[in-house]
Amino acid sequence: MSKIAEGLLYSESHEWVKVDGNVAIVGVSDFAQAEMGDITYVDMPDLDDELSAGDDFGALESVKTSSELIAPVSGKVIARNDELEDKPELINEDAYAAWIIKVEMSDTSELDTLLNAAAYAEVAK
Amino acid sequence: MKYYDKLIFELSKPGRTGYSLPEIPGQAQPSFRPKSRNPILWREAPLDLPEVSEVDVVRHYTNLSQMNFGVDTGFYPLGSCTMKYNPKINEEIANMPAFTGLHPLQPEETVKGALEVYAGMDKALAAITGMKHFTFLPCAGAHGELTGLMLMREYHMSRGDLARTKVIVPDSAHGTNPASAAVCGLDIVVVKSREDGLVDVEALKPLLGPDIAGIMMTNPNTLGLFERDIKEIAQLVHDCGGLLYYDGANMNPLLGVVRPGDMGFDIMHLNLHKTFSTPHGGGGPGSGPVGVSDKVVPFLHIPHVSGFHGNFGIILRAYAYILMLGREHVRMAGKLATLGANYIKESLKDCYKLPIPTVCKHEFVFDGLLEDNGVTTLDVAKRLLDYGFHAPTIYFPLLFHQAIMIEPTETESLETLDAFIAVMRKIAEEAKSDPEMLHAAPHNTPIGRPDETTAARQPVLKYE
Amino acid sequence: MGAFSYFPQTGEDIRIMLERIGVGSLEDLYADVPADFIYKGEYDLPSAMSEQQVRDFFEGLAAKNTRLKVFVGQGAYDHYVPAVIPYITSRSEFLTAYTPYQCEISQGTLRYIFEWQSMICRLTGLDCANASMYDGPTAAAEAVRMCVASTRKRNSVVVSDRLLPHVIDTIRTYAKYAGINLVVTDKVTEVVAEGVLDLAGVVVPSINRFGVIESHLGLAQLVHDRGALLVEYCDPSALAVVKSPAEWGADIAVGDGQSLGIPLCYGGPYVGFMACTAALMRKLPGRIVGQTTDASGKRCYVLTLQAREQHIRREKATSNICSNESLMALWCTVYLSLMGPEGMRRLNALCYEGSHYLHDALLATGKFERVFDGEFLKEFCLKPLCDVQKLQQALLDAGFFAALQTEEGYVTFCVTEKHPREELDRIVEIVKSIN
Repeated sequence: MSKIAEGLLYSESHEWVKVDGNVAIVGVSDFAQAEMGDITYVDMPDLDDELSAGDDFGALESVKTSSELIAPVSGKVIARNDELEDKPELINEDAYAAWIIKVEMSDTSELDTLLNAAAYAEVAK
Repeated sequence: MKYYDKLIFELSKPGRTGYSLPEIPGQAQPSFRPKSRNPILWREAPLDLPEVSEVDVVRHYTNLSQMNFGVDTGFYPLGSCTMKYNPKINEEIANMPAFTGLHPLQPEETVKGALEVYAGMDKALAAITGMKHFTFLPCAGAHGELTGLMLMREYHMSRGDLARTKVIVPDSAHGTNPASAAVCGLDIVVVKSREDGLVDVEALKPLLGPDIAGIMMTNPNTLGLFERDIKEIAQLVHDCGGLLYYDGANMNPLLGVVRPGDMGFDIMHLNLHKTFSTPHGGGGPGSGPVGVSDKVVPFLHIPHVSGFHGNFGIILRAYAYILMLGREHVRMAGKLATLGANYIKESLKDCYKLPIPTVCKHEFVFDGLLEDNGVTTLDVAKRLLDYGFHAPTIYFPLLFHQAIMIEPTETESLETLDAFIAVMRKIAEEAKSDPEMLHAAPHNTPIGRPDETTAARQPVLKYE
Repeated sequence: MGAFSYFPQTGEDIRIMLERIGVGSLEDLYADVPADFIYKGEYDLPSAMSEQQVRDFFEGLAAKNTRLKVFVGQGAYDHYVPAVIPYITSRSEFLTAYTPYQCEISQGTLRYIFEWQSMICRLTGLDCANASMYDGPTAAAEAVRMCVASTRKRNSVVVSDRLLPHVIDTIRTYAKYAGINLVVTDKVTEVVAEGVLDLAGVVVPSINRFGVIESHLGLAQLVHDRGALLVEYCDPSALAVVKSPAEWGADIAVGDGQSLGIPLCYGGPYVGFMACTAALMRKLPGRIVGQTTDASGKRCYVLTLQAREQHIRREKATSNICSNESLMALWCTVYLSLMGPEGMRRLNALCYEGSHYLHDALLATGKFERVFDGEFLKEFCLKPLCDVQKLQQALLDAGFFAALQTEEGYVTFCVTEKHPREELDRIVEIVKSIN
């Protein structure tokens, strides 16, 4: 049974979002990391890249699979977790601590389309 | 097979060489010292290549070879790879100095024999496939796909039909199909397969329109099933203005039985290193000639996809094979390949899960063991190595989670198939009695299961 | 027809197998194929030949080729092939294996690919190399794609028109369908300095199609300042003595391994190589072998970074390449092992001495003029003052393939360690006899 952190928003493609003012901190759920197995690489966007919700902004790689990361919100990338470059396993260890990027949101109303923990629990089964 | 640990670099000792070059006229000091006006052009970085004697080289690579398994070692039922026996006469022909000594830019009148090889192969492949003409530039199957899609685009462009930017690919397709389409600048539209493993014609219909360049089909598909609705599919795609591409990776069961041209395909590639018996060489060189129907012939010369004339040495081998087969034996090749696959399928379906029970062609797919003891397809594959067989293709196609894809080819005897079947049954028994032992397989190979996660997380890609 | 040596099934075997399957005949296995697709005509192929007839047939074709002494390069170089190489590469364990998917029984293949990657890194000076590409031209075309993929959203690549023609043709073909904007020019530095919209990469030759060793001093800086990547196309044999791509500051090096002892063979099979800086490692197309350990701690080798590849990433893969030219990579690896660093330097010294000897002797005949002032190694280009057709024919009549004409009307010559002085002198005599 995978862990679902309370107080976060989730996308159906298994990204989580933590809202901090107009900044969205984005990672992947515990369910997603468990499905992937040992993550070997995190492909991240460049700083200042403009993302649109629904587009892929990078990928997670394991030995035998790869999974696109889908932007849950639109906006500009203002930070990326460079620690993941050398230690992708941090996502396996704690998916909710290992954030991937921070996005300065261009349209906070997009958050309304995301799922709360209870609704996501129905998806992550 | 015995484990041998060395890399060639680790045998190096300054002052040794594996090949003695002639003296340099008028130069006592045998090192490279150009009479240069511009020293900046020349290398300053050290050149750290191994320094080894000839016997060191021969022993090292002989030892390496002994950790390898080839078709000459034993049965190689790798699905979609058509690991048939590689006849030895092919090698002799390809190594004839009158062929290996030809420079690719030599004047035509000095390479008439080589040109006859191309002409003869063009005619033979046209006869076998029902296509009109072939280009021999592509060096592998995926390279052929790319070339074929370029031809598809040229055809549409020549008609001013510039809106056709999408190509339809079934969800069961080889990974190279969507990848080749992407490299060719086409967008991919996936069409679903039905429960019975065949392309869903009803799902295809709404996808067709003026933006469709064509469809890529593998027939029989990657489940080894003949796409029996191909006539209707061809009609639908042609009616919408698209072309049909035939992925020849699975041509072997049709060799001498069915011609892709007759099924309505406009463009196709063949893998000479599969259907036409040339050796795989540990991953190449191959050859992926592309054949086209009448309406695509005018564009055949346009894509310049490789350096000179394609992999001539491979084309020679395939030609030798076709001449051995002749019009008589070619008739049996596909049928015997299909016979072997069905024989294995029927002999093992009481121990392995057979998701699609109908008659297959040259290959078929099990979805893991029938009884679930936690033993995975990977475990079964690794245990096969202990018994002296190569493993089948595993975890492909993606339609089944525990896919085991088996392709025996026509060059394997009943005795070989029976021995393989016996071992597969034994492994099914072991899965019940000793699953832990299977999780740790293989046990009798030069190395055990590798740590692939560390290899990908902290890549070591060269000797330091 | 009697029994056929490639099909081991006897009539009785076929009967047993059909019975197990539960069908009456081989044809019944095709009952799902619409009847009008079953080919009923006679295949328009020759009647089956015996092995001896096949041999005779090809000997007949071989006799229609003319064996020439080759003094042309242009991307295919006539170097000597040491006997050890075909001996090793024809071992069936290497020759008849598939791609090393089952690493436990493929350590031979995986280990030589690792050695090949290491040697390519040492020749180019770059950090990582892949398991091989089809040939040099396709490697160059893939490098162009890699520039575009690595710089995101940038779509223009400047290509030197002094690359070999077949390299430019292949790059053009790949770029055309991928929608990449190419600028082919003989003034690379000027064009880049003036500014190119969305510049993703620049491709230049190490030694150009006229045989001239190019200086790329300052080019890498210029290209990097514009946020683009520098690709160098090189002859790996020459890299033993000419400045390496890393020394010039290139990000990607590509070329054809043919010059490392692969026979001319009318253009193939050869092998492309591709190396890049560590920063671009994950954008490298094709297969890559990495070192790791097995469960008991033994050093071993596996295919790695596979998430880049088509069988996993499908349409989002870095390339569609699947089969490559593995056995030819082994060919080059054995060659470099035999030659060693001193052998490679000496080989180049022999080429250098021979080519300069011929160059000077040809100029002395008064039948040619120099056109390029640059330095050269084994291949050079002259402007003919005599009738080129006559010259070529006279050389052909004497068994020499030399003086290939470029599109500008110059003629090229290439001298390797295979060519003794007597042959060079003979060429000069033939030239003198042309009027």
